Amino acid sequence: MTRTLEATTTAPAAPSVGTRLRTLLFGRSAAIIALLVIVWIIASVSVDNFNTPNTLYFLILDVFPVLLIALPMTFVIITGEIDLSVASMVGLSSVTIGALFQAGVPVPAAVAAALVVGIVGGAVNGFLVTALGLPSLAVTIGSLALYRGIAVGILGTTAVTGFPDVFTDLVKERLFGRGTAIPTVLIVFIVLAIIAIVILHFTGTGRSTYAIGLNKEASAFSGINAGRLKFWFFVATGTVSALAGVFWTLRYDSARGDNAMGLELVVVAAVLVGGVSIFGGRGSLVGVIAGVLVIGALRSALRLADVSSDVINVATGLLLVVSVIVPSIITAIQRLVQRRRAAAAAS
Amino acid sequence: MTIPDTPPVLELRDVRKTFGSVVALDSGSLALSPGSIHALVGENGAGKSTLVKVIAGVHRRDSGSVTLAGSEVDFGSTADAKDAGIAVIYQEPTLFPDLTVAENVFMGRHPVRAGGAIDRHVMNEQTSALFERLGVSIDPSRQALGLSIADQQILEIAKAISLDARVLVMDEPTAALSGIEVKRLFTIARALRDEGRGIIFISHRFDEIFDLCDTVTVMRDGAYISTHNIDDVTPAEIVTRMVGRDVDTLFPKTEGTQPGDVVLSVENLGSPGTFSGITFTVREREIVGLAGLVGAGRSEIARAIFGIDDYASGVVRIDGNMLAKGNPRKAIAAGIGLVPEDRRQQGLIVDMSVARNMTLVIRRSLAKWGLMSSRSEYDRAHDGAAKLRVKAGSLESDAGTMSGGNQQKVVLAKWLATNPRLLIVDEPTRGIDVGTKAEVHRLLDELAQEGMAILMISSELPEVLGMSDRVLVVREGRLTAEFSRDEATSEAVMTAATRTEEAA
Repeated sequence: MTRTLEATTTAPAAPSVGTRLRTLLFGRSAAIIALLVIVWIIASVSVDNFNTPNTLYFLILDVFPVLLIALPMTFVIITGEIDLSVASMVGLSSVTIGALFQAGVPVPAAVAAALVVGIVGGAVNGFLVTALGLPSLAVTIGSLALYRGIAVGILGTTAVTGFPDVFTDLVKERLFGRGTAIPTVLIVFIVLAIIAIVILHFTGTGRSTYAIGLNKEASAFSGINAGRLKFWFFVATGTVSALAGVFWTLRYDSARGDNAMGLELVVVAAVLVGGVSIFGGRGSLVGVIAGVLVIGALRSALRLADVSSDVINVATGLLLVVSVIVPSIITAIQRLVQRRRAAAAAS
Repeated sequence: MTIPDTPPVLELRDVRKTFGSVVALDSGSLALSPGSIHALVGENGAGKSTLVKVIAGVHRRDSGSVTLAGSEVDFGSTADAKDAGIAVIYQEPTLFPDLTVAENVFMGRHPVRAGGAIDRHVMNEQTSALFERLGVSIDPSRQALGLSIADQQILEIAKAISLDARVLVMDEPTAALSGIEVKRLFTIARALRDEGRGIIFISHRFDEIFDLCDTVTVMRDGAYISTHNIDDVTPAEIVTRMVGRDVDTLFPKTEGTQPGDVVLSVENLGSPGTFSGITFTVREREIVGLAGLVGAGRSEIARAIFGIDDYASGVVRIDGNMLAKGNPRKAIAAGIGLVPEDRRQQGLIVDMSVARNMTLVIRRSLAKWGLMSSRSEYDRAHDGAAKLRVKAGSLESDAGTMSGGNQQKVVLAKWLATNPRLLIVDEPTRGIDVGTKAEVHRLLDELAQEGMAILMISSELPEVLGMSDRVLVVREGRLTAEFSRDEATSEAVMTAATRTEEAA
């Protein structure tokens, strides 16, 4: 290649810093971040006691399991798959801790066992999807029923309670002392979120994740092993769901088979509200985290305003529908603009 | 050059069809006489299929005229064409597999009894009568599922007769048939001809054409070339008309380079039903052309070498080292790059930015301490874009927004970024404009000069002949001939690619 044709290329030498920052962190999730700010401001102004440390503290604890599970779920959905068994895994993890604790196993060992259950449960999903090529929707609807069934089967409708205060207090501890907003467990989420953001947005693995979701065939032609990556993402959702189960059990001091029933829909909804495309290939973790917080803030504010729970559910549902529609409208407009620009550049 | 005196049942004159800026059919002409079997021949991409689709009502022509039995027609749908008496029998008919044979024949117009229930008895009897007329025995009440392709075609023909089609188009009907089945099909075709119907027969096999047809029309580059009485012409003359182009001046090939060490060596590669016994080598500084008809198995061989598909037997070596099968990642690590056939589905991720597409394969080596930034991607992509003169408004816009030629340059840049030892290009200039085409050819020549080994699959004969140091010909999954640059002529390659050794 001896030709130097720098001058004939019409592309600019480098993108502007602003453009790059936007692409890096926000992408199409700028809208959802704006929405979070709006919801927060309206709630602070119009709802008494919303903007207090205590409200924020409970808001974080309430959304904490969703925040956790949404991280690996984002990876799974970006590759074009889905994992609906996460809430059942929360239940199964909870039951594992409860049953072992009842049998006299110390809590740390029971927690470790629950995490192993999560790894195995995720691996089973991953194996069925990637090695056998089954659709993840079908596989995880199956394991949703299976894991929940095992969980309820082990403990029945009874609950195991009476975990040592050391552990139940630990998950409720406030980082900066009495009356402050941040629970100490949030550190666990922050660490996991940083790891997830780095992997998804700053590594080759992250690039592959998007590529698989956008075009599986072209990814294979670029030497990307989609099966292996997806397998590990399913293991991650299983493991993190089990971790959420640990939190759930200790926070409510209650190990039950029906813990976190229906949570999988909240997680998927939050990920979609956060701007991730259900068809795969699009979305960012910053958007997803904002999506979880929007739902959490909205519900918390309405509850404080003494709105009935039915209305809260309707409002959450509306938010979901709107936020799934709006990004696709934005994308459509962006594409149109991009096409026009490309056409203008070509002519 | 004689065209029969009887007024044609179907006549096309200067039919033109474009898709966007691509001219699929420039000026297609054809005059089909009743009671005649008319062969339509041409290279891949000569416009035969488009012509058939215009006749069948799949595409609407842009200009030109189509007359059926003397009156001008313009079909808006396949149903219109069917109603007018045109039936197309495709290579692999699409039937309703769960319905019976008779139900398929009478699809959409089942005979009914009073009360609206389907009269199976009448339907089966009429179907039996049709089959009897065709001299075949297929049980009308059996399921269509499991019928051989030959029987499926006969079912389609029976359907056409029951609709009293005046024109039958058979698009490569024999490609998937055995010898006996071909004979039976020909017997039926002759019987239909004798009933006064007009048949258009498309085939790449000259022995069949000369056995069955009475007239032959040659197409090339989307245009009508000539029509002959079959008795007035030889296969060699038809081949000359099919390929007759001046090709030598178009290609910027550097002559007289000495190839170096063997880079790729393929030994006895086989995959049941696709290809078998494939053995060849590609050396440094050498462009090896892989010629053949569409569907001969060339792309499948490339996919197997690269590891997209598995293979049953044989070995692939790069620089003498055996390559694990079914693993594109190892193939890339060993120094293979593949510019695939389908740019938009396989070559690129059209919804991803140009920059990310260009750096997707080298994503790991681009990262520092495992981390990568859009900056490093962009800079690397910018280098590649500059080298290949990619015209993009922004390297951050989606690859799908670019023109075909620029997309192909991005795919090439994506693979050149890996510094491959062997570059496999599958239809490297399909669907791109003439200017970019020349640029791609110049680039391939330069790469070869710099020492790269290049395996080029192409259905465009001029490209194969113009660019290759050696030409390998694949026919029906087997290597049937190898020519040096000097030996390779259009006629020789076409002959090896079609089934005409005895006739030519």
